Amino acid sequence: MRVKRSLLILVILALVGVFALSACSAPATPTQEPPPPQEEKPTPPPAEEAMQGEKELEIFSWWTAGGEADGLNAMFEIFKKKYPDVEIVNATVAGGAGSNAKAVLATRMQSGNPPDSFQVHAGHELIDTWVVADKMEPVTDIFKENGWLDVFPKDLIDIISYEGEIWTVPVNIHRSNVLWYNKDIFEKNGLEPPKNLDEFFTVADALKAAGVTPLALGDNGVWADNHLFESILLGVMGPEKYKGLWTGETDWKGPEVKQALEIFAKMMDYVNEDHSALSWDQAAQMVIDGDAAMNIMGDWVAGYYTSLDLEPGKDYGWTPSPGTDGVFLMLSDSFGLPKGAPHPVNARRWLEVCGSKEGQDAFNPLKGSIPARTDGDRELYNSYLQAAMDAFASNPIVPSFTHGAAASEGWVTGISDAMSLFVADLNVDEAQNNLYQACVNAGVCSE
Amino acid sequence: MSQARKERWIAFLTLLPSIILLAIFVYGFIGWTLRVSLSAWDGITPDYTWVGLTNFNHLFTKAGGVSAVRFRIDLWNTLFFTIFFLLGCVMVGLILAILLDQKIRGEGVFRTIYLFPMALSFVVTGVVWQWIFAPGTPSRPRGINALLGLFGLEQLQWRWYTSTESIGPFHVALIPVIIAAAWQMTGYTMAMYLAGLRGIPEELREAARVDGASESYIYRRIILPMLRPITLSALIVLGHISLKIFDLIYTMTGKGPGFVTDVPGIFMFETTFQGNHYAQGAAISIIMLVMVAAVVIPYLVSSLRGEVER
Amino acid sequence: MKNRIRFDPMRLGIYTLLTLFALLFLVPVYVLLISSFKPFAEVQDLSRMWLPPKQPTLESFYVAWYGIPEKGLRGLSLNILNSLKLTIPATIISSMLGSMNGYILSKWKFRGADILFALMLFGMFIPYQSILIPLTRVIAAIGLGGTLWGLILVHVVYGIPITTLIFRNYYAEVPTEMIEAARIDGAGIFKVYWKVLFPLSLPGFVVVIIWQFTNIWNEFLFAVTILQRPELQPITVALRNLAGSQIKEWNVVMAGTLIAALPTLLIYIIMGRFFIRGLLAGSVKG
Repeated sequence: MRVKRSLLILVILALVGVFALSACSAPATPTQEPPPPQEEKPTPPPAEEAMQGEKELEIFSWWTAGGEADGLNAMFEIFKKKYPDVEIVNATVAGGAGSNAKAVLATRMQSGNPPDSFQVHAGHELIDTWVVADKMEPVTDIFKENGWLDVFPKDLIDIISYEGEIWTVPVNIHRSNVLWYNKDIFEKNGLEPPKNLDEFFTVADALKAAGVTPLALGDNGVWADNHLFESILLGVMGPEKYKGLWTGETDWKGPEVKQALEIFAKMMDYVNEDHSALSWDQAAQMVIDGDAAMNIMGDWVAGYYTSLDLEPGKDYGWTPSPGTDGVFLMLSDSFGLPKGAPHPVNARRWLEVCGSKEGQDAFNPLKGSIPARTDGDRELYNSYLQAAMDAFASNPIVPSFTHGAAASEGWVTGISDAMSLFVADLNVDEAQNNLYQACVNAGVCSE
Repeated sequence: MSQARKERWIAFLTLLPSIILLAIFVYGFIGWTLRVSLSAWDGITPDYTWVGLTNFNHLFTKAGGVSAVRFRIDLWNTLFFTIFFLLGCVMVGLILAILLDQKIRGEGVFRTIYLFPMALSFVVTGVVWQWIFAPGTPSRPRGINALLGLFGLEQLQWRWYTSTESIGPFHVALIPVIIAAAWQMTGYTMAMYLAGLRGIPEELREAARVDGASESYIYRRIILPMLRPITLSALIVLGHISLKIFDLIYTMTGKGPGFVTDVPGIFMFETTFQGNHYAQGAAISIIMLVMVAAVVIPYLVSSLRGEVER
Repeated sequence: MKNRIRFDPMRLGIYTLLTLFALLFLVPVYVLLISSFKPFAEVQDLSRMWLPPKQPTLESFYVAWYGIPEKGLRGLSLNILNSLKLTIPATIISSMLGSMNGYILSKWKFRGADILFALMLFGMFIPYQSILIPLTRVIAAIGLGGTLWGLILVHVVYGIPITTLIFRNYYAEVPTEMIEAARIDGAGIFKVYWKVLFPLSLPGFVVVIIWQFTNIWNEFLFAVTILQRPELQPITVALRNLAGSQIKEWNVVMAGTLIAALPTLLIYIIMGRFFIRGLLAGSVKG
């Protein structure tokens, strides 16, 4: 008897559940709750007369500190001068070179609550995640109206295009393959910065013997391991084969990948013991403080040093990471226009600032990056950045995978997981297999 | 008669809003998540193509590559975290409760101190203990290491939650996390035991004393057995918390190098909301649900059944 | 009885142990306090990490509260306000629902009420990860995505099991005779609740409100997935962001932590008795 009754209740519950679920998929208002404070309804792209109403602009990024934040603020200043009535909401999420921010962004986009514009790495991160999923508005018309098609390099336009449209406005170019070093330590020990990987270990041995930590690493959050690894990959296999890794032409099970992993494992003997507790900036700081001699990190380090009032060439030295001289491992930060942005008019105004010469020349000297446009004002940039501008103009350019240019986010998470394990156990064969598996899961390598 | 019948219906209808909400938000959503876990949804756009148990398969077999490795580590971490966390909370909680039950002056103050971490967010706990256990470098020790250095105990300094050492499948980096969690939850077991001890009639102890039993005998043979149901309750409540732990570890250490402090909750969050692998995230969460249900459902059933008998 | 308490080594041992444990439990508080009253330069000096500040300053509290707008560092004052706007309505609504449910389930048991109750209770044990993906989509579909009301709805719904449980156990102790008496006077379901149960409910409400307030204030997972707009973030999410930033000003982080912890801590210290009752009620039997 009892059992029957409870069964009945269960059935009723299930029915109620199913009914309510189906009712739910139609946008109904919940019975229990007072009506929500209505958000501004997402308006379709700008009609001229709609321009008056928007009082707000929400910009989403992970630039919270140092030169990055300063650069962003410089662009905000330009925007504010042009549109003094608009209040800018600086939505930043700190941590993990953007991995925290990306998680937050994904949930916001999912829940139909996009910011007006958000920072995204140009390349596969943008295309595979957002454009393919039909979450973005094309910005080709902004490029055409402002004549940007002539001032942005064609290679870059290709990277941000998909199915004949341009999807984002790049604000800068960063170089990933840079080795930063402490000039005093090198001079004191009579050493030259290493040009290739063999030299790297010679130098590192000498430094170790002199009681200096040779290489600073701050891989709290793992992406810094990917970062180091992409420089090693490039150093081992050169630009063409490196590019092939991301198209399936270079074999992830091949000898070069194995060699790169072995070199990575060997380097772990030369890094600071507490690397997994440090962030990239703390590692960069070690070089300045003389606690370590070298650091392989992207050139946002230059921006960080600038924010500490340090001068390139005087307070610190740089050189392409070992074995990558003459190649520019590139990543680019850009801003896109999500579908359903609450203030699309202001978002477009913002993108115009981002792509303008004025905006780029305000942002990049502070951020420690070079303009994505080719007509940047050289005078504004310090000696490091000028050198980077020259390299960008003349070197072959390859995309960074750590920073979204070469591979989809799903693939990068797979690589991150493999590297995270690898750092702990330094098992080369297992890591190579895991990297291959990540490529298979990303649908680029075939089983 | 019909009046009573009508009132039964009113009673049911009063409950109905809550029932509907929970039916949707708990059971409906679990079903939905289960469906996602059996789908090919991998990316921002939902894709409900049926793929059977593929996602689960990838968590447990070689076909999943590094995901399977990570998930295996997660399960080990959860196991060890749960064991030591429960042991710590129950033992320290019991000791504190027994000590406090000795007609202590200032009992209220002590009790307040032991219990206050319960009022804090796991996020707060995570931030504070992250700072305390941050290892620093050998030349510039931080946190506990700095304290050890102050007392000349350098040989006891180690890398705490950044250590990648392990004893068998047990990652020592979990130790600081377990300490933080136990710090927060020990007060709970203490409060439960204390309530239990206060519920034991004084006459029982008096009678035993009259019979010449020693205090320790009274505790071992009379009081502890009476506290057994409380231990069970505490184990279930704390156990289900530790099986689904997320906030504390996410704030304090994250997944750690080589996943030394990773747990399914973090894996689920990262793979779903950072890697956009929704189906995989759903599969992990279903496994978490099964683990928790295995602990909680028998308890709920026996607990409510016991109530009916009473 | 009291006379038995006198000095002896055994009791000294007990007090020593208790004090020792108390000091251990207070270590994080000590660190929190000394670090948050230090200026940035001093907190960077790791050799002084365990020593009290040379010159206590409120600087870090100021920064944590107001932020440094020109550096893009938001203060926590806004987030505290958000947490209040979230916690108060969610607490009140879920307590009311719990009170009605608890009343029905303890005094008007219909057929299958116990099974129903068990099914409801299960909702408070589930790992919320297992409903998170549908939840974010449904909240968005009903137009509450990224709003405080969305998060309030979530906390109300998932608060129903615990509030119902506490009230059910609470009302179970009200003698049935009182209800019978009111019924003989012709009172219906709601009148009985209003005239008999509700006036007795104050302690029950205090327990439930404290419990819900603490839980919702401290919650992180829902908040971080449902409500990420920085200007709407509750305090736990904002604190995690503060602590996760690249350049850690630990004095500010510690001051922020203290700010985040203070409301629930105060409630606990002032109303500890009720807090403990809520705690014990969470273990189903009460």
